[in-house]
Amino acid sequence: MTARVPRTHPYIPNSAPDVKTAMLAAIGARTVEEFYADIPAALRLDRPLRLPEPLGSEARLVAHMEELLSRNAAVPPGRSFLGAGCYRHHVPAVVDEVVNRSEFLTAYAGEPYEDHGRFQALWEYQSLMAELLAVEVVNVPTYDGFQAAATALRMAGRATGRRRLVLVGELDPDKLSRIRDYVHGIHDLVHVPAEPEAVHAALATGDTAAVFAELTDHRGRVDPELPQYVELAHRAGALAVVGANPLSLGVLAPPASFGADLTCGDLQPLGIHPSFGGGNAGFIASQDDERLVAEYPSRLFGLVPTDVPGEYGFGDVAYERTSFALREEGKEWVGTAAALHGIAAGVYLALMGPHGMREIGETILAHTAYARRRLAEVPGVEAGDPEAVHFADFTLRYTGERTAAEIAAALLDRGFHAGAPAGEREGRYCVTELHTQADIDRLAAALEEIVK
Amino acid sequence: MTDHHPIAGRQPIAGEPETTDRPGTTDPRIAPKPALRRFHQARWDEKLIFELGAPGERGILPPTPEPAVTAAVGSPADRLPAALRRGTPPALPELGQQQVLRHYLRLSQENLGADLNIDVGQGTCTMKYSPKVNDSFVRDPRIAALHPAQDATTVQGVLELVHRLEQLLKEVSGMDRVSLQPGAGSAAIWTNVSVIRAHFAARGEPEQRDEVITTAFSHPSNAACAKTAGFKVITLHPDADGYPDIEALRAAVGPRTAALLITNPEDTGIYNPRIAEFVRIVHAAGGLCAYDQANANGVLGITRAREAGFDLCHFNLHKTFSTPHACGGPAAGACGVTAELAPYLPRPTVEFDGERYVLDHDRPESIGKIRPYLGVVPNLVRAYAWIMSLGAEGLREAAEIAVLNNNYLMHRVQRIRGVSVPYAEGRPRVEQVRYSWRQLAEDTGLHSEDLGYRAADFGTHYWTSHHPYVVPEPMTLEPTESYSRADLDEYAAILAEVAREAYEEPETVRTAPHNSTVHRIRPEPLDDPKVWSVSWRSYRRKVLGEQP
Repeated sequence: MTARVPRTHPYIPNSAPDVKTAMLAAIGARTVEEFYADIPAALRLDRPLRLPEPLGSEARLVAHMEELLSRNAAVPPGRSFLGAGCYRHHVPAVVDEVVNRSEFLTAYAGEPYEDHGRFQALWEYQSLMAELLAVEVVNVPTYDGFQAAATALRMAGRATGRRRLVLVGELDPDKLSRIRDYVHGIHDLVHVPAEPEAVHAALATGDTAAVFAELTDHRGRVDPELPQYVELAHRAGALAVVGANPLSLGVLAPPASFGADLTCGDLQPLGIHPSFGGGNAGFIASQDDERLVAEYPSRLFGLVPTDVPGEYGFGDVAYERTSFALREEGKEWVGTAAALHGIAAGVYLALMGPHGMREIGETILAHTAYARRRLAEVPGVEAGDPEAVHFADFTLRYTGERTAAEIAAALLDRGFHAGAPAGEREGRYCVTELHTQADIDRLAAALEEIVK
Repeated sequence: MTDHHPIAGRQPIAGEPETTDRPGTTDPRIAPKPALRRFHQARWDEKLIFELGAPGERGILPPTPEPAVTAAVGSPADRLPAALRRGTPPALPELGQQQVLRHYLRLSQENLGADLNIDVGQGTCTMKYSPKVNDSFVRDPRIAALHPAQDATTVQGVLELVHRLEQLLKEVSGMDRVSLQPGAGSAAIWTNVSVIRAHFAARGEPEQRDEVITTAFSHPSNAACAKTAGFKVITLHPDADGYPDIEALRAAVGPRTAALLITNPEDTGIYNPRIAEFVRIVHAAGGLCAYDQANANGVLGITRAREAGFDLCHFNLHKTFSTPHACGGPAAGACGVTAELAPYLPRPTVEFDGERYVLDHDRPESIGKIRPYLGVVPNLVRAYAWIMSLGAEGLREAAEIAVLNNNYLMHRVQRIRGVSVPYAEGRPRVEQVRYSWRQLAEDTGLHSEDLGYRAADFGTHYWTSHHPYVVPEPMTLEPTESYSRADLDEYAAILAEVAREAYEEPETVRTAPHNSTVHRIRPEPLDDPKVWSVSWRSYRRKVLGEQP
């Protein structure tokens, strides 16, 4: 009989007993315990961690995970009408191919030599976004659109030295929560309705660092007065910080084109899977104004020559702004955030090109208009403000007996993921390029049964 | 390098490692083996994507509206004022699909991922193996296609997974609740700082407690997050042995102390044996203590935040718990806190109501949202799978082998001319070491950065340290549990060769890299606002003199 070979864990090669013994001998140590000499006995855990038994093999791990995954429903796109900051769009196969490459997926923070590809891909991301946003400066992505908005507001605060932040219209409550946490004790938030008079009045008090508004608001509506808020902000010496869904910018004007000083938002619609909220990533953008560039906490990659003519090299622009360089004297902080999502968004924009971005924007505008009109034909359902233009997201009001929660539950019973309550009698909906007329008509038919 | 014999008659080429045949043989049928890998990275001279393609090429076609939809709604954009309609199309490049793919695949080849190199050189980053099987779970549509607003009954699997991962990390840390919402380590530090702020606000002393203490060898985000949240930052510097100065801590604490944010083991790899005493000193002054466990990989199952008395801690799941580093995120952070601080954690939490997993949004004392929804769920899936593959014994084995590997590598590296291990001489290190090339720099005039660039010519790299450098001419290595003895020997041999070159042929090092995609960059434009170019638009206007 051959002796049984130890089942060395495949992730830990040097736990093979002979290897371990030989390595200890090479160092002149008797046990691994010697390396822990500095950890006092009182701090040592005197028992094994109480964790479930390990699964023992990759095959059993797959089986275990399959059991968990089997209790998640991957909804067909035509049956999902959920949006509000996270979207089901088509993810081109080429995007997945690129971001799943080991060279990108497993790299981290190397130098511009062995990691030239990462620097170039992220610089190109910045550049592609700059074209889309009509600006010259875009950051290496921050965590998500919430953080992008919060940081853009802090940037405006530092650039102006002022305290008040005027928030126009109703914001996503979660985004507002993030902003509130992030500006706590530094800035005062002033909420005003989306009306030029209200913005004007709020600015009359003075000391306003920024006016924040969104190109498509929390309910998906494009606010025709938005350029006026920007102008009012500038007249009061404040910066205009405008949130935007980048996927809309093939058809909607980039905020910088009507004067926004800082544009911010979430990259997830640009070729990134929703992944239960794991796909979010934030961008911040501005013109190449030294005063604003100095306020970015993020890394900004720049194009430079090398010692060999004709080669493009890359590096960090104005690195001395960052907490990597200056710790607490840097601007906010920088660290690992969402770089690979930036590469994904870059690949997406390169595939789509100017015409793809226009077409997808037109398709989503048309689908949204059709859905609002079609669903509002259902008795007991109102879309409100029929002339307003919406992009992807919209809300419906219910005038019948049933509450939004009851309607959402009844839709789910019929296989529709739609109508997330936005109040007692209001539900949230979203359509994208993935829906067909038939998908929307089926939803209308289901609503008709439920709402009447 | 005495065991390596150059091939007779072959002169080594500058910038290329010497080769050797099998010692003692001149048999022409036996291929010579390189003493060190003769690596050369892909060099495609790849253009910028804006220089590729031609008008009219398309990479992908999005769906267009069906005719009946168009007939019903026309062109909705026409209803917008002109200022809100895009006038000129974005000047994005126009390329066919294969051309886009090829461009990015070439860039990927010009990037050295951790899967392809002995990535022990990014100390503090814990570049352990990210198991491929775990990627397969997150690419499954039952994770990738899930919308976070789906009804909880349709996502019970992922909610259960997040709930279970919290239980696992509670046990690993000893803390009472763990939030998995932060998007990375620094976001977790921010979360802890925000929780600390909420705690003192609830006690009515937010104004009074306005100072945070950290250490020079803790990650800079500890200092930076505290400052961003409005705290004054006090940094403790190392004493002669490299430990954070306990006398300086005693002098710093007082009624204004809100918290201590501290890493242990610190980025030097030195474990501070008085850590519990640090915690007691801060607690006695009425402050809280947050444990930055970025360097937890060497102490899993050995010692925990709880036993050292901490009120809060955080892990980086992309470090200790194996999720891929993804060029710098998406990552994931986990914040553990005591029961007293649990009400302040981000909302929602995942709870089990006896029947189902549910989201609890009703947490009135919560600091609110740190990230949309539940956090970077794919990385929670990966971290969970990694722990389930290893179990308690495996986690401890990972820690012990990471520490063995580190001390083994230190043993090898210390023998290289010109390098030293500052502080706590003769003491073991936990899972990483901050080395110093000071002697080599004094002897040769070369810097640690130069050596790191030269290492790229051998198919690897290393990182120096955060700024400002406390250890002169630093190099930080962290071998984790993933690398084999042969890997570590190879890495040490590369460093030995680079050091030899530094002494014997310094020009080779001074002008490195030679075998990388590109040569040394000229960094001056990066700090000159007149020419720095963060985008193609900017480059065209400022450098090429065009009007985009």
